[in-house]
Amino acid sequence: MSQYFHSVTLDKDKCKGCTNCIKRCPTEAIRVQNGKAKIIKERCIDCGECIRICPYHAKKAITDPFEKIFEYKYKIALPAPTLYGQFNNTSDINTILTGLIKLGFDAVFEVARAAEIVSLASKKYIQTANIDTPAISSACPAVIRLIGVRFPNLIKNILPIQSPMEVAARIAKKETSEKMGLDFKEIGVFFISPCAAKVTSTKSPVGIKGSFVDGVISLKEIYLKLAPMIHKINQPMNLATAGMKGIIWANTGGEAMAVGKENCIAVDGIHNVIQVLEAMEDEKLQDIEYAELLSCTGGCVGGPLVVENNFVAKARIKQIALKNCREDNEKNNDYLDKIDVLWDHPITYKPIMKLDNNMVEAMKKMEMLDNIYKQLPGLDCGSCGSPSCKTLAEDIVRGFANETDCIFKLREKVRILAKEMIDLESKMPPSFQKE
Amino acid sequence: MHNNSNVFSLHFDVNGEDFSLAGEASSSVKKVLKQLGVSPEVTRRVAIAMYEGEINMVIHANGGDADVIITPAEIRIVLQDSGPGIPDIELAMQEGYSTAPDNIREMGFGAGMGLPNMKKYTDELYITSEVGKGTRVEMVVKVQ
Repeated sequence: MSQYFHSVTLDKDKCKGCTNCIKRCPTEAIRVQNGKAKIIKERCIDCGECIRICPYHAKKAITDPFEKIFEYKYKIALPAPTLYGQFNNTSDINTILTGLIKLGFDAVFEVARAAEIVSLASKKYIQTANIDTPAISSACPAVIRLIGVRFPNLIKNILPIQSPMEVAARIAKKETSEKMGLDFKEIGVFFISPCAAKVTSTKSPVGIKGSFVDGVISLKEIYLKLAPMIHKINQPMNLATAGMKGIIWANTGGEAMAVGKENCIAVDGIHNVIQVLEAMEDEKLQDIEYAELLSCTGGCVGGPLVVENNFVAKARIKQIALKNCREDNEKNNDYLDKIDVLWDHPITYKPIMKLDNNMVEAMKKMEMLDNIYKQLPGLDCGSCGSPSCKTLAEDIVRGFANETDCIFKLREKVRILAKEMIDLESKMPPSFQKE
Repeated sequence: MHNNSNVFSLHFDVNGEDFSLAGEASSSVKKVLKQLGVSPEVTRRVAIAMYEGEINMVIHANGGDADVIITPAEIRIVLQDSGPGIPDIELAMQEGYSTAPDNIREMGFGAGMGLPNMKKYTDELYITSEVGKGTRVEMVVKVQ
């Protein structure tokens, strides 16, 4: 898999080349070229903002088709807790999980359960390891990627703990293999995802060498299959094991609550997250112990692959969580002994904003950039295909664009040209001049 | 803006009227340093020292001018204001010493860490001040 695999991609046929996505992208990763949007792979963090904003639905997340599960002898579904808040006719977790079995899965392992284990591990890590504050949750893959390209000084603040999805996959594979005597290859573990960045994190993982997840199925796709049959389930199997603290992870603030740190912040929406990361980088938030930073508004319930309105889903998740007020699962501590939940592959800074490897050259380019920028109209209209005048200046310096890509600059040049033509017209040679 | 190829300078008017804008200059500098490929550690030190200086100008001097001169060897930050000046620079350098008014302290600032932090995060710090006229702070962070 290439270094820059991305789930978020473009459907060229649907793209009209408008400016909606380029203006919305938090990492300035999209340009419009030849009438179509183009994603700069190095910069994309798979947050899914462009998927949400595109009025033509030209941005999509690549996920695995449901049918892929049948390539495996034993199929395990790993539903994200967000799934529980999607249905207006049931809030019973057992019913929803039974639905997954009826669709063809042999077993389920709730990611909410793994979230409880991750909460426990996070709590222990903050207590025992010497981590810089605020400790940043590693659960949101878009945020982790963002830190890796834009906030290098904060990499050391990230809790080096695997995501609930990954922990769920590891437990599910290990337990099933031991219980059923199956080879890892015969067991297919499928995450049911509200999130595009999760797909990316299984194909080109961050923090871990390889993912145990065999496929990621879009929550939307599963919803379409589950919704028509779910009300027909009269006798649900007893499959649910996750408690409140795991289920509430679907909402912003859930994680922070489960980790149980009083002095914490929970931030959602990628643009808000960037503001908070800026403040952290300037060491303005050091009295905060734990920071839950989620790319999507509302948390995972606001993911780009969900069906239900995120505010409705959030309220529903809260109710479901309160109903499932189990005592903390006793087995969770055993899992921590059996499964290594820590990262095994530290992330490194990718300085994608750098203008040149040589600082003197970079300074020359910076000077050029500044001069070009001063000549641009400063409207940030996006008509040139870059999100702002500043990024156009940057693109010109990098050699990807021209000054005349700016329609105002072009108009100015046309005007000068037109004026010159008029001037020339009046300067006919004497022999051609007429009275 | 300088035209010498090995120097890149930035100028900012630090607005003393609007507290919420304090930190804008240091934030812009941070972005530029990342584009120039300056190491994360040096960028961090410059940003924090400059932010402290900027806040000081807003709290005590109703704003001022900030100049940042970048060369491949060092980053020099010069902050100049026409505020009340510092009567005793040695005293002002002590951790916890502050003359910030109550309304600023209520906002969580004025803990007396500004100048000590500026010293901590820079390689060189020069302060000249005249009571009633203003203060000039010059800070240098070495790139290597």
